Amino acid sequence: MTRRNGIGRKAIGYVGSVLLVSAISHTQVTSERLINSAREPQNWMTYSGDYSGRRFSALDQINTTNARTIAAKWVYQTAATGKLETTPLVVDGILYATAQDNRAFALDARTGRPIWMYQRQVPSDIRPCCGHVNRGVAILGDKVFMGTLDAHVIALDAKTGNVVWDATSADYRNGYSFTVAPLAVKNLIVIGVSGGEYGVRGFIDAYDADTGARKWRFYTVPGAGEPGHNTWEGDSWKVGGAPAWNTGTYDPSTNQIFWPTGNPAPSNRGEGRAGDNLYSNSLLALNADTGRLDWYFQFTKHDEHDWDATQIPVLLDAGGKHLIAQANRNGFFYLLDRSSGKLVSSNAYGKQTWSDTKDGEGRPVAKKEASPTLEGHTVCPGALGTTNWFPPSYDPRAGLIYVTARDQCDIFSTAPQPYEAGHAYYGSAYFPSEEAEPYLGFLKAIDPMTGEVKLKFQHTTPTWSGLLSTAGGLVFSADAEGNFIAFEAASLKPLWHFQMGGAVYAAPMAFALDGKEYVAIAAGSAIYTFGLP
Amino acid sequence: MPKGTTASIFTLTLLLGTAAHVAAQNPLAGDAKAAKAGEYEFRINCALCHGLGAHGGGRGPDLTRAQKHHAHSDAEMFQVISNGIAGTAMPANGTNGQGVGMTDEEIWQIITYIRSREVKASATASGNTVHGKELFYGDANCSLCHMVEGKGGRLGPDLTAVGGSRTREALIDSVRNPSRRLAWGLTESTKEFPQEYESVTAVTADGKQIQGVTMNEDSFSVQIMDTNEKIHLLQKDRLKSFQKTRNSAMPKYAPEALNDKELDDIVAYLVSVGAK
Repeated sequence: MTRRNGIGRKAIGYVGSVLLVSAISHTQVTSERLINSAREPQNWMTYSGDYSGRRFSALDQINTTNARTIAAKWVYQTAATGKLETTPLVVDGILYATAQDNRAFALDARTGRPIWMYQRQVPSDIRPCCGHVNRGVAILGDKVFMGTLDAHVIALDAKTGNVVWDATSADYRNGYSFTVAPLAVKNLIVIGVSGGEYGVRGFIDAYDADTGARKWRFYTVPGAGEPGHNTWEGDSWKVGGAPAWNTGTYDPSTNQIFWPTGNPAPSNRGEGRAGDNLYSNSLLALNADTGRLDWYFQFTKHDEHDWDATQIPVLLDAGGKHLIAQANRNGFFYLLDRSSGKLVSSNAYGKQTWSDTKDGEGRPVAKKEASPTLEGHTVCPGALGTTNWFPPSYDPRAGLIYVTARDQCDIFSTAPQPYEAGHAYYGSAYFPSEEAEPYLGFLKAIDPMTGEVKLKFQHTTPTWSGLLSTAGGLVFSADAEGNFIAFEAASLKPLWHFQMGGAVYAAPMAFALDGKEYVAIAAGSAIYTFGLP
Repeated sequence: MPKGTTASIFTLTLLLGTAAHVAAQNPLAGDAKAAKAGEYEFRINCALCHGLGAHGGGRGPDLTRAQKHHAHSDAEMFQVISNGIAGTAMPANGTNGQGVGMTDEEIWQIITYIRSREVKASATASGNTVHGKELFYGDANCSLCHMVEGKGGRLGPDLTAVGGSRTREALIDSVRNPSRRLAWGLTESTKEFPQEYESVTAVTADGKQIQGVTMNEDSFSVQIMDTNEKIHLLQKDRLKSFQKTRNSAMPKYAPEALNDKELDDIVAYLVSVGAK
C-alpha cells in the first residue's frame, strides 16, 4: 500500500529522535506544517490528527508491550455541563480545546494548568438540537479558530485567547449554528454549518485566516438554476437542510477538500420534498481555493431516517488508486475513487434492513417499505445509525479502519410538522423497537478494500466514543460505562482500562512532550491525559 | 444530527417546577384540532420515552392514566413539560437532545392530546386490594424478591411506585411474561440506558457457582446480587465462566399458578400503593 501525504513507516521510529527535541519554542503553525504533519508526530494539529482523516498517531512509545502500565497524568475540569465532544489539539507543548457553551481554552500540556480561557456568551433564546456542544478548534499561524453556537466564526490569539476577528456566518434565530471543529487549509478556515433539525439551507464556508473575510460559500442545497436544484420538489430546497456539521478532510496534491453532509429536512418525512434531495447525505469534493464542486457522491438518496452522512471520510491509497472511505450511518461501508467520486464498493458492516438491492453503480437502494409510516414500523439501523459522528481511525500499517458501531433498530413514525423559522422541523419521530431487543455496541475493524469486518469487540452497551490507532499497535476507545480502553490493534483484545467516571462523547488523540508520549480524551466535564509511569 | 443521546431514562416523577409564569387554563382545552397537532408534537418530543399513544414506552411512565403521579392540573403539566423535573431524567423543554424545544402553544397542544388519551384509556384496577396485599406477601411469593413500602425482598425491582406509573395491562403482562421486557435498575450518567435486570450465572476460579441478577456491569467487572441477596463483586477475567440471559429471574406466572382474579387483586394493591 502506498501513501500520499500520510504518515510513512519512517515515522514509527520518531519517538526516539523527535521527542527529545519536543521542547520547541512557540512557533507559527504554517500550512506547510499542517501538510507535513507526519514530520512532527509529537503534535496533533488538526481535528483528525492529519489531513487524511486517519486519526492515527505515529508515536510508539506506548505500545502493546507496556500498555498494561498506562497511568493517568492529569485531569482538567472544564466546568461545562452536558456532552463534552472536543478533540484537543496540541502544538509545541500547548493544548487547545473547546467545551460546551462557546468555551475555548489553552492548557500547559505537561501539567493541565490553564493558560487562557475564552467564552462567548450564548444567547438565551438559542435551542441547538443536540446540546450546546463543540468538537474543537483549528490552528493556523498564531491563531486558533472556533465556530460558535450562534453561528459566528471566531479567531483567537493562540497566546492570549483574545479575539482577533469575529465573523457572523448566519442568523442563529433561524436554526443555524456551528458545532464542528473547523479545518485550516492554506490560508483559509473551512467550516460547515449545523441545523438539519431546523430546516436550514446548509452550507460550507471558507474564511480568510488573517482577516475573517468570507472567501467562498458552497450551498449544500443548490439554488434555482444550479445543477441538482431539480432534485427538490417545489420550494422545499429553501428549507432543505443538508448541514455539514463534521470536519472534512483534504488532499493537498489535488487541492481538494472532502466534506460530508447531513440529512435533508424535514429529517424523517419525505413527503413534500420528492426527489434525491441533493446534496444531502453526500460526500462533496470541493476545490479548496474556490469552493467549486468537483464531484459529489450521495450515499442515501431522499433520506427519511436521519442518516446523516457526516462521518469523517478517510483518504487512503492502494494499488495506484487514490481512494476515500466512509463507514456510513446507514449501515454500509463505502469505498470511492477520490479522483472521480465513483463508487468502488459498498458493504454492510452492521445490522440493516432498509436495502437488499443495489443500483447500477453499486449503491444500496432503499426498499419502498423502509419509509416511515403514520403507524410506525421498524427499520434497522435506527435513527442513531450503525455509526454516528464519532471519528473512526485508519491504521495504515494494518490496513484496517476501526469504527465504533451499534446494532439497533427503531420504529419510525411520521408526524407532519409545518416549517416555522427557528423551530423544530423533523416531520417524524423514532422510538426503540417494542421487541425490547438489547442494543449492541461494537468496536469493529474493517478492511477498506473488501468492506469485510475482520475483527470485532462487543462492548457491554453502545458507546459514543471515537477512536485512535497508534504505531504502538494499539487502538484506543472508551465505553459507555466510563472506561478508557487500550486494545491490541491486531486482535482487539483489551490490554488496559481506566475508569474515568464520566460519559464519553469524544475521540482520543496522542501527543508527546519531553520525550514522553501521552494519550488524551474528553470524558464527563474533563480532559483526561494518560502516559507511561 | 446525533440526537437521542439523552440518555437517561425516566422515572417520571412529576414534581412542580418553581414559580414561573403559568397560564391558569389551557387555551386549547378540548380542541380536537389542537389534540391532533399535539399528537404529532408528542411523537416528536415525548414518545421516545413515553411511547406511541402515551402508553409508556418502558422508559417513561404511562400518561394515559387519568390520575398523574404529581401534575394534576393543565397548568401543572405545563410547568413540568417546560421545566422538567429536577433530580430526574425528565428534561426541560428543548434540552433533551431529542427535540429543539416547543412553543407555549405546542405545549398546550400536547396537554390537550394527553387529556384526549385519558378519556380513551382508563386504568382503574378492579381487584380487591386487601386480598392482593395478602397474596403479595403470602401465597404468591411476590415479596420474596420485591419490596413495597420498605417491606419485602431485594432481588427484583422495588414495586412501591410501579402502580402509579404503569397501566394495569402492563403490570399484568410483566407478571405473565416477565422476560418480555426486563425491568430497569441502576441509571448512570455515563450510559444511554440503565442497567437491566438480567439473569447471570458466574463460576469463580475455585469453581463456585453464583446465580443472581446483575446490579451493574461493564466489560471488565460485574456486580451481582445472588438469590440469597448476597452481593458479589467480580472481575470478569478472573472467572471460569460468565453467562447472562435475558430470561428474567422472575418465574412466569401462568393462570394455573395465579389466576386472573388473584392477579387483579395484586394489581389493585400495587395501584393503591402507587397512587399514594
